[in-house]
Amino acid sequence: MFSRILTSGLFAGAAAGLITALLQLYFVQPVLLHAELYEGGELVHFGADPVTAHPDLPGLFAEPVRDGLSIIFTMLTYTGYALVMAALMSVAERQGHEINARTGLLWGLAGFITFHFAPGLSLAPEVPGVAAADVGARQIWWTVTVAAAGVAMWLIAFGGNLVSILIAALLLMGPHIIGAPEPESFSGPVPTEIGALFAARAFGIGMTAWALLGSFAGYFWQAEGKRAEAAA
Amino acid sequence: MTTKTLKASAAGTSVLPALFAVVLGLGIITLTGHVQASALHDAAHDVRHATGFPCH
Repeated sequence: MFSRILTSGLFAGAAAGLITALLQLYFVQPVLLHAELYEGGELVHFGADPVTAHPDLPGLFAEPVRDGLSIIFTMLTYTGYALVMAALMSVAERQGHEINARTGLLWGLAGFITFHFAPGLSLAPEVPGVAAADVGARQIWWTVTVAAAGVAMWLIAFGGNLVSILIAALLLMGPHIIGAPEPESFSGPVPTEIGALFAARAFGIGMTAWALLGSFAGYFWQAEGKRAEAAA
Repeated sequence: MTTKTLKASAAGTSVLPALFAVVLGLGIITLTGHVQASALHDAAHDVRHATGFPCH
């Protein structure tokens, strides 16, 4: 059982993580590098003069160590997600729910809502150089929000009655009604256009990543199960 | 129904494997996403921003 969870999690996480890392490097990283020009003071916004929206940015893999580490850490992160997902898939299957690449897509979207969208609704994915509250406080809020959203997704998917849905709605809204830690003042030097594009790209690539992760996890879960049955 | 019963018995009744995988997975996510040790933070910096973790 554990080897089935481990194998599906590792395969799905590594595959989805690698694709995601490449998508992030192409679609998200240039926006981050652009923001860092403002963070470091090389470009200054909000002055009297307009600033070019198209500065020279380092190309893909211009910093191989930095980008290589990003690929490794993306694969690791998505492997972490995939292990949690495969473990929960094992529980759901034991309760009689079918797990395959198709249902995995729904698992992936639920995972996206849990780990990206729910915390990101109040703590929007941030570029370097924007004002934000203390990182420790934000991490606590992030963790609680993700945990609440995860339980909510399970209740919506498998609760099967109105009370479950209502509890899920409360769990999803609660952290945002209480409110995320916010900065005391705005001091970030990065143009809003860059911040908005970054958040949109992070969400878009995140959703793609989770759709892939869920489908892959469902596929490998089923394939590993068949392989184990054939071997038995 | 028979298949289901067989599957259920093959899966065993213990939730320990699932629990252990969840702990392992969350541990990896904490390391890559949250731990503020500077070497880890610097290596994971771009990923944390792009994946929506609170970074710094």
